[in-house]
Amino acid sequence: MDFNDSKEEATFRNEAREWLVANAPTATDLAGLDDMGQAKLWQKRKADAGWACIRWPKEYGGRGANAMEQVILSQEEAKVKAPNTGFFSIGQGMAAPTMMTWASEDQKKQYLPKLASGENIWCQLFSEPAGGSDLAALRTRGVRDGDEWVVNGQKIWTSGAQYSDFGILVLRTDPNVAKHQGLSYFFLDMKSPGVEIKPIKQISGASGFNEVYFTDVRIPDAQRLGEVGQGWQVALTTLMNERASIGGGGGGAGFEQIMKLAQRLNIDDKPAIEDKQVRANLANWYVRQSGLKYTGYRSMTALSRGEIPGPENSIGKLVGAPLTQDLASFAIDLMDQAGILWSPESAELEDIFQSAYMSIPGLRIAGGTDEIMANIIAERVLGLPQDVRVDKGIPFSEVPTGN
Amino acid sequence: MNFEFSEEQNLLREQTRGFLKDFCSPKVVRASLEANGPFNQELWRKVAEMGWTSTIIPEEYDGLGLSYLELSVIADELGRAMAPLPFSSSVYLATEAILAQGSKAQKEAWLPKLASGELIATFAMAETHGQASPKNLTTTVTGDKIHGTKTPVPDGDYADLAIVVAQSSKGDGASWYLVDLTQSEIQRAQVRTLDPSRSHAQIDFNGASAELMGTDGGGWTATQNLLNRAAVLFAWEQVGGSDAALEMAKEYALGRYAFGRPIASYQAIKHKLAEMYVRNTLARSNCYYGAWALNTNASELPIAAATARVSAIQAYYFAAKENIQTHGGMGFTWEFDCQFHYRRSKILAVNVGSERQWQDKLITAIEQTSAA
Repeated sequence: MDFNDSKEEATFRNEAREWLVANAPTATDLAGLDDMGQAKLWQKRKADAGWACIRWPKEYGGRGANAMEQVILSQEEAKVKAPNTGFFSIGQGMAAPTMMTWASEDQKKQYLPKLASGENIWCQLFSEPAGGSDLAALRTRGVRDGDEWVVNGQKIWTSGAQYSDFGILVLRTDPNVAKHQGLSYFFLDMKSPGVEIKPIKQISGASGFNEVYFTDVRIPDAQRLGEVGQGWQVALTTLMNERASIGGGGGGAGFEQIMKLAQRLNIDDKPAIEDKQVRANLANWYVRQSGLKYTGYRSMTALSRGEIPGPENSIGKLVGAPLTQDLASFAIDLMDQAGILWSPESAELEDIFQSAYMSIPGLRIAGGTDEIMANIIAERVLGLPQDVRVDKGIPFSEVPTGN
Repeated sequence: MNFEFSEEQNLLREQTRGFLKDFCSPKVVRASLEANGPFNQELWRKVAEMGWTSTIIPEEYDGLGLSYLELSVIADELGRAMAPLPFSSSVYLATEAILAQGSKAQKEAWLPKLASGELIATFAMAETHGQASPKNLTTTVTGDKIHGTKTPVPDGDYADLAIVVAQSSKGDGASWYLVDLTQSEIQRAQVRTLDPSRSHAQIDFNGASAELMGTDGGGWTATQNLLNRAAVLFAWEQVGGSDAALEMAKEYALGRYAFGRPIASYQAIKHKLAEMYVRNTLARSNCYYGAWALNTNASELPIAAATARVSAIQAYYFAAKENIQTHGGMGFTWEFDCQFHYRRSKILAVNVGSERQWQDKLITAIEQTSAA
């Protein structure tokens, strides 16, 4: 048992590090560019040299690397000061694996290299006002008209819709069969006539998500992935990749930060860290954060051995998000009456705890609520039975609905 | 990255689990519980024959000279089976203590017998309620005669040898003494505890002979080092038990029907078991970290040990109590085995110091590391 790279891994790490250090954009490179411009410049540079989406086959813009090499590259990239390329993560992490499995060869060659290079940004149009945790209850209609489908309805919680070039979406193409059987899966050009995007303002003040309205939007049938009525199966490919791509992070508010805070602030006229209750709370968060870290190392070991990681990694978001929420809440309490101040200038450690406090409620919902994640562990890891379902075996149009 | 047990170690796990399934079933645990101890002598003999008691003892003292990773695997499985054995006292504490502080003569005298299992030893620290410290120790040694009372001493009613923590006027205020517990001056009696499948005793030393081990006045530091090492192995027993409790709850929930369906299909139960899984997984991964630190003698051992210890205490407590809850009314009957985990989890949670003590030690270790 050790934390060392294998010989091959060490060679790869050196190669990656050398390239990253030599090629990470300089301040001059980035001058005058906004966040998106910086991300696109860096992504294109990586793609041109074969360092983008390295697990993909070469013909689609990748490098044919293994999962462990991807982990190593991410670790090394985190060490150089490079632009944040989060704009591309939904397209590369969710749309691309779905295209890889379900699109035609021509489509793969047409779309994947531009996803890898950051030239095209994709978004995901799944959730609806009436289909959240029960995603398959979605109602946005697709009606066939010759070689096209006509789309009407509304999607919600679409990250990055406002700057996306393409989107993947699931539609109800037959309301008269059972819920999961009446869905079909498509991709579309986000500039299509009839697509309207409205940002959603969150309690954190940010607007990372959108509502997307469809009014008589036309999608060519050639952009259907999978058979008509097979949409749920295609969506599962996307969702399996979503679980892997949403972590539990809280914008830098973790154990190290609250430890620093507790050493800096006084309560009862002495450093907060000397208070036994503070120490006990901090210890509890440390052991949970540490448990996640070493669970990650166990998964990485499986990858390194060419195995598929066990189910233990599915706990990340379920543990990480509530942990960060409790930790941020306690940090604010430690600041006492001034804990409510929320700006980088007036709050302790800038405002990481206040920002985390306001953004974590969203993280506990996104990509599967805590409750859905617990169901997933109970059903897929522990093998417990599904809950009784009143919507099984009846046409979707007859399923009871509320508000 | 190689943060997993090796193929050989996994094979050892299979053998260990198979052996305990055959010879340490819940019936065996129940027999010890109902007989009020002492330990299961036949099982001890078999375990010693398998070489488990000699795992980390060097070959020069008739041990197998294996690593702490092998011992971790064995601890995990012993915890899962809730073995009614003095393994933690004799192996994680006494053997470790002699390896750490014993003179060559002391090692030669005791380690071969500990390796073969013919000798059972324990570590005697607690004297009363509350956390022990050099300030409140009342056991003293004058010349080579020891006076005082220790309670509860794990396996103290039948152990042959004890390493006793006694007061010292020097150094850190404590010293370690080797005491042959079969001496006629010594009086000992089993005490009633929460888990009768693991015996504990009160020992009155009454001027029995004692032999210094290690430095006079170095006993408290030695104790802290010993507890850090033992905490990792205790944590492995705890996560083994936690996983067994989860499996027990799961099997029952799948087979028990209420309102026409298995209770395992209700979210209240599913989420409870998922939470057990989460806590067990975090604790187990922290035990990997602890095992790595113990095995490599890493400077991070105090952090790794406390981390494994705190999360394992929490995981086993949660799994043990919620296993009873999942079993409903039958869960708190004598007839059902849920009680084994509930009892054992608490014994293991306090045997080498309680949760709040280890939470504090963890933050202290982190402070010291960042100051260094």
